[in-house]
Amino acid sequence: MLKYLLPLGLFAALLILLGVGLTLNPREVPSPLVGRPAPTFTLPRLDDPETPFDSAERLRGRVSLFNVWASWCVACRQEHPFLMQLARQGVTIYGLDYKDTREAGLQWIERLGNPYRAVAFDTDGKVAIDWGVYGVPETFVIDKQGVIRYKHIGPITPKDWEEKLGPLVAYLEKQP
Amino acid sequence: MKWGIALLALILTLPTSAGIEVRQFPNPELEARYQHLIEQLRCLVCQNQSLADSNADLAEDLRDEVYTMLLAGKRDAEIVDFLVQRYGDFVLYKPPVKKTTWLLWFGPFAALGLGGILLWRIGRKRRPEPPPPLSDAERRRLEKLLQDHGSDDA
Repeated sequence: MLKYLLPLGLFAALLILLGVGLTLNPREVPSPLVGRPAPTFTLPRLDDPETPFDSAERLRGRVSLFNVWASWCVACRQEHPFLMQLARQGVTIYGLDYKDTREAGLQWIERLGNPYRAVAFDTDGKVAIDWGVYGVPETFVIDKQGVIRYKHIGPITPKDWEEKLGPLVAYLEKQP
Repeated sequence: MKWGIALLALILTLPTSAGIEVRQFPNPELEARYQHLIEQLRCLVCQNQSLADSNADLAEDLRDEVYTMLLAGKRDAEIVDFLVQRYGDFVLYKPPVKKTTWLLWFGPFAALGLGGILLWRIGRKRRPEPPPPLSDAERRRLEKLLQDHGSDDA
């Protein structure tokens, strides 16, 4: 009996292993920055080159989303209406305009609306490299201590928010 | 038709590294280190290409970083660390041996060993067992049979 059960069992195990492998997304590379303090930077603001965006001051004290986007990014456009909705619900969102021109970035905000409390302007993408960004949009959840708690790759969909980001933000809000 | 083929041939022979920029190095040793580094680092956008192969924007930026750090006198290990801290072990084509990568490093050998053991056991089971030795009565019968047949044949 064992003679037949053993290969069958091995086959089933292999099937499960490969099945799980199929559901994983190889494009989602886990970030080593999760659980670490957010990398600090000072960049000019998108709307005003004279005013600095100081991450050490902005990205702490309250739970926030740090959304990396660009006007040339199609998936960002798809994500944008949902960010607007989140902003209306009172979620704090900061933006990093990645490898963009100031003109195009400002036009985007003007035409589609501004869900961001402030947008840092990262024209050469150096700050994004410090954050381990490898494709836009990417969104980081930052807690009150300024620690990165989660990284979302790709546009945030209402389902992502309901299942992952929303509950996490609600939980972090309750923490001191 | 002829022109079409000529055009196709031309397109196929165009250099595939069109996006790789030309860089100046103060000495060939530094250039060799640069080349070696970008070949062992993986591009995160097109994941099956190294930084050296990829034309992605990010790969270009990361090559810039590697180049700047090399010129600034950073050691190879420092440059690799810089990228691992930001992008994780994923940027390395050759991930380090640690607890989370044991399965990756030793799994194939374990599977091979397991397969070997299984094969050996199956092989041993299939080998026919030697028959039990004949008893005295059986031996006498055998001799008798052989003798009888022997005379038949003659």
